[in-house]
Amino acid sequence: MSATPVPAPPHTPGPRPFRSLSSGNVGAVLERGFTVIRNQNWMILVSGFFEPVLYLLAMGVGMGGLVGEVVGPGGQPISYAAYIAPALLATSAMNGAIYDSTWNVFFKLRFAKLYQAMLQTSLGPLDVAAGEILMALFRGFVYAVGFLGVLALMGLVTSWWALLMVPVAVLVALGFAALGMGITSFMRTFQQMDLINFAMLPMFLFSATLYPITVYPEPVQWFVMAMPLWHAVELMRQLSVGHLGLVTLVHVGYFLAMTGVGMWLTTVRLRALFLR
Amino acid sequence: MTEPVISAQGLRKEYGDFVAVDGIDFEVHPGESFGLLGPNGAGKSTTMRMIGGTLDRTGGQLRVLGLDPGRQGPEVRAHLGVVPQQDNLDEELRVRENIVMYGRYFGLPRSYLGPKADELLAFAQLEAKAKAKVDNLSGGMKRRLTIARGLVNEPRILLLDEPTTGLDPQARHVLWDRLFRLKEAGTTLVVTTHFMDEAEQLCDRLIVVDHGRIMAEGSPRQLIREHSTREVVEVRFGSQRNAQVVADLEGVGARNEVLPDRILVYTDDGEAALEEISRRGLHPITSLVRRSSLEDVFLRLTGRTLVD
Repeated sequence: MSATPVPAPPHTPGPRPFRSLSSGNVGAVLERGFTVIRNQNWMILVSGFFEPVLYLLAMGVGMGGLVGEVVGPGGQPISYAAYIAPALLATSAMNGAIYDSTWNVFFKLRFAKLYQAMLQTSLGPLDVAAGEILMALFRGFVYAVGFLGVLALMGLVTSWWALLMVPVAVLVALGFAALGMGITSFMRTFQQMDLINFAMLPMFLFSATLYPITVYPEPVQWFVMAMPLWHAVELMRQLSVGHLGLVTLVHVGYFLAMTGVGMWLTTVRLRALFLR
Repeated sequence: MTEPVISAQGLRKEYGDFVAVDGIDFEVHPGESFGLLGPNGAGKSTTMRMIGGTLDRTGGQLRVLGLDPGRQGPEVRAHLGVVPQQDNLDEELRVRENIVMYGRYFGLPRSYLGPKADELLAFAQLEAKAKAKVDNLSGGMKRRLTIARGLVNEPRILLLDEPTTGLDPQARHVLWDRLFRLKEAGTTLVVTTHFMDEAEQLCDRLIVVDHGRIMAEGSPRQLIREHSTREVVEVRFGSQRNAQVVADLEGVGARNEVLPDRILVYTDDGEAALEEISRRGLHPITSLVRRSSLEDVFLRLTGRTLVD
C-alpha cells in the first residue's frame, strides 16, 4: 500500500448509435488477440498454415502423379496440383474462419469466461463480436499469404491475378466468420457444436474441390452451386490462372451477400450470444 | 440525503416460468457498503448482473449513477468494478497483463495503465507474481487479482459477488482487510454473500433475500435487534433426543428453534438460560452461549439456515 494512487484520466463517452451494444473500442479486443498470439499461441498459427500444405503434397503431388494433367478454368491443361491448390486455399480460409467464430467463441464463452470478463468493462457485445471476427480475418490473411508463398515456390503460380487470392481469402473468411458467429448464438451444447463439423467435411469433399462439378448429375450440381464453398473454390481457381469473367463477380457478390446476412444475424443475436 | 448511486424499484427477472428476482426495491448510497445476504439461488448474482447491464431485466426500474444499465451498459460499466462469483481471469495473459489489458477494454491509455497496474499489484500483494501465469496462482491470489483488476478504472461502485467463497480462513481475512481499505477510501461496495460473518464484517446495511424477494432490510445490528434476541444458547442432545427434549425447554428462552443437529434457545441472558436448563434436569452433550448473528435473523425470517 505504499504506492501512490494513480488518478484515472477523465472518461467521457460520447453519444453513439448501438449505445447499449458498443463503446467503439474494438481495438482493445484486437490488442488482446495479438498479445495472446505473441505470448504463446503462435503455434496454433503454424499448425493452421500446414494443413493445406499437407493436403497439397498428399493429394496434389502424390495423387497428382496418377491423375496427370486436367482441364483448367480457361480450358487449358494444368497439373492436378495447380487444379486443387486454389480449392485448398478456399477451404483453409473457410476452416480457419469457422473454427475461430464457432468452436473458439463457444469455448471462450462457456469455459474460459473471457467474454464475460470483457463485458464487465465498458466493452459492448458488438465490440467483442467485431474484434473476434477481425482476429479471424487476420489469421485467414496470414495463412493465405503463407500458402500463396508455398504455391509460388512450387511453381504453381502462373498469373499475377493470383495475388488477388489473398484479399479474396480474407473476404471468404469474413463471410464464413460472420455467419459462423451468428450460428454459434443458437448453440447450447457440444453435441450441437458437432453439427458444424458434420456440415463442414462434406462441403470440403463435394464442392468441386478435388474434381470438376460436371461429374454430378444436374440436380446435384445445382445443390453444390448453392453452397458457399463452391463459390469460393471457383473464385480462387479463376484467379489462380487469371481466367476472369462476369461469373467471377457473381462469386464475389455471393460472399458480399453472405457477409451481409451473417453480420445482420450476428448483430440481432448479440444479446442471445453474450448477454445470457 | 445524497442521490443514491443505485436505485431499484420492482426489479424483476424471469427465466421462462422461473422467477429469479421477484420485484425488489432497494437503494445504495455513495460511500456505503451494501450487502445482499441470502442462500444460493436467492437471486443475488442475477441482481448483480442486472446492475452491470450484462443481463436484461424482465421488469421494474433500475438506475445506476442515473443511467439505465439495460440501455447504456458500456457507459454504466465505465464506472463499475465487477468481481464475479467465479474468477474469470484471462489465462492466456500473465498476471500484470491481466490488469493492463482489462484497463484497455475501458479505453484507458497505456501511459496511465503502467503505473496503475503496479499500484494495484502492490494493493493486491502480488508484486512478486507480476510475470507469473494466472494458472499458477492460489485461490486467494486469483481472487485478489480479480479485485485488483476490477479497480483499474477507479470505479465509483465495486460489485463483489461472493468475494470469499471457496477461500481458506486466512485468505479470507487478507481479502477482507483489502476491502476495508477500499471502504475507507470511499469506494461504494455492493457485496453478495451467504456467509453471515462476511455480511457482519463488511456491510453497513444489507437486505436479506430469499426466493428473489426481500425479507428484511437494515444494518446488521439493527436486523439482529429486530429479529432475534441478544444471545443464543446452542444445546445438543444427540440427533435422536433433540426432538423429544424440545418440549421440556419450553419457556426457558423467548423461543426455540430445532435444527437437525442442535436446538437453539433464544434469550437475552444466555448464562441464566443455561442454568435453567440444568435446573430442569436436562443435560446436553454440548452447550454454547453466543451472541445472536445474522444467521439467526435468516433462520427466523425463512425457517431455514443460510448454508445448506
